[in-house]
Amino acid sequence: MRFTSLWAPMGAVALAVAALAPAQAAETKSVAVTAIVEHPALDSVRDGVQAALKAAGFEAGKNLKWQYQSAQGNTGTAAQIARKFIGDKPDAIVAIATPSAQAVVAATKSVPVVFSAVTDPVAAKLVASWEASGTNVTGVSDVLALDKQMELVRQVVPQAKRVGMVYNPGEANSVVVVKELQKLLPTLGMTLVEAAAPRTVDVSSAARSLVGKVDVIYTNTDNNVVSAYEALVKVGQDAKVPLVASDTDSVKRGAIAALGINYRDLGEQTGRMVVRILKGEQPGAIKPEVSTKVELFVNPGAAEKQGVKLSDALVKSAAQVIQ
Amino acid sequence: MSLFSLLGAVEIGLIFALVALGVYISFRLLRFPDLTVDGSFPLGGAVCAVLIVAGVNPWLASLAAAAAGAVAGLITGWLNVRLKIMDLLASILMMIALYSINLRIMGGPNVPLITEPTIFTQLQPENMADYVLRPLVLLVIVVLAKLALDWFFATERGLAIRATGSNARMARAQGIHTGAMVLLGMAISNGLVGLAGAMFVQTQGGADISMGIGTIVIGLAAVIVGESILPSRRIVWATLAVVVGAIVYRFFIAAALNSDFIGLKAQDLNLVTAVLVTIALVIPQLKRKLAARR
Repeated sequence: MRFTSLWAPMGAVALAVAALAPAQAAETKSVAVTAIVEHPALDSVRDGVQAALKAAGFEAGKNLKWQYQSAQGNTGTAAQIARKFIGDKPDAIVAIATPSAQAVVAATKSVPVVFSAVTDPVAAKLVASWEASGTNVTGVSDVLALDKQMELVRQVVPQAKRVGMVYNPGEANSVVVVKELQKLLPTLGMTLVEAAAPRTVDVSSAARSLVGKVDVIYTNTDNNVVSAYEALVKVGQDAKVPLVASDTDSVKRGAIAALGINYRDLGEQTGRMVVRILKGEQPGAIKPEVSTKVELFVNPGAAEKQGVKLSDALVKSAAQVIQ
Repeated sequence: MSLFSLLGAVEIGLIFALVALGVYISFRLLRFPDLTVDGSFPLGGAVCAVLIVAGVNPWLASLAAAAAGAVAGLITGWLNVRLKIMDLLASILMMIALYSINLRIMGGPNVPLITEPTIFTQLQPENMADYVLRPLVLLVIVVLAKLALDWFFATERGLAIRATGSNARMARAQGIHTGAMVLLGMAISNGLVGLAGAMFVQTQGGADISMGIGTIVIGLAAVIVGESILPSRRIVWATLAVVVGAIVYRFFIAAALNSDFIGLKAQDLNLVTAVLVTIALVIPQLKRKLAARR
């Protein structure tokens, strides 16, 4: 330890500072972050984690060894990144999205793992329940309260009876949402009409297949759909089908409204959890969390192009109005 | 590089060695450009994962995965031989069909196995770390597969498959039923790939629909890297070369993952891997050129 000789004078300072900035760490901690793929939302999570660590006094390059690896969409690489990280024995591994989280959790029972942006960690067997796991795993889910989502759909299109949804049947998170909606919508007097888009290029034709069959198209944070949201917007404008999204970025790209998770906040929430572990808490003692913050974005211009008019109350309640 | 990441590279390399052996049979022995692999790898994984979750013995589930892969290869061969669909197109059709079939089998895009028994947890002795056991078990499986292939391709039927690949017209003139040989070769090839998928899901915590993406690229790269390291026309050496190639390819990725010290970033991973493989392919040529000049 290079800092040993500094301990005595620093001890006094640390005591004085402790009350103001309890996070000041004297030794270097290490955090390794992996995501299955680069993607604006997932990248925001990563940046949020880093920001939260910095806010707590763990700064990359100073007293924090920070490394980040993306599997670039390949599960074989995700597995190998998991092995590399576990071999490096960091103080915590942050695994973003389901396949990356499963690869890490399958490979270690000892290194603390914090998952993030996993919609259903229980179904993915990362944790046994939503209670503190008692294992080396905890994390933050990006699950959305679907009743709130459908409330928004009704506020945008009050007479909506048939809700269309474009999604990738190969994405675990989206399938969870579809199954939930199939149960929820009938209780609200509405029905779900699905259109599958297994590839990004299928989004446009899937959306077109819904024209005439639905009153509104709702989409979740499906990676394929979000990647090709412009294709959806084109169909929405041409056929006057209103679009409601689940991520606020899509509103800037032409959705009428979205009550979405701010993935940067999700990352910061994850980061605060990492900080607790760096300070000595056991991951198994920390309950998995869900995102606490959702914010409403609306786009009145897009509404007009898609044939609806937003109520003033809705526009007023929005966190941000896109012109 | 830590021991854990080293053994991890060996472990994943050995799994992809099974893929590479399969790809060697289709691309090299049969000269059949077969992309079914991108579908039969997750097919094997899906079948194995679903059976294990249903309570079937993991060994049986792994065998069933190999059988499912073999059926997929059989159908690709059948599309080509009987329905006269061009080989590459037949395999692409099978590959995209398998995406939907795999979703049906799994009943969703992801089947976790983290808490289920696997062949590895069943063999796990008390006094050995799991990250040591997994590559050892896989090594035994891969060596058995290699020896079985060496034996088979020296039998009359195996030789008939090789003859079909190198000169179909000549083979037919010798009385070989070439259509049946293509079907058989494709079944063996994709059976191995299905088995690899089963091993993958049992080591990586579960099956995911996206696990097939790029399998053929990794398999082919392993075959070609292996051939450039150990060039030989004899089957015994060629299969060994393929296994070595698959493991070496994984070391390239491990090296690329550790390349941050020269200012490379995570997003450069695929590029670094490609450059390393290119270097591995060019060095033997350079050596030969230098040797010729002397």
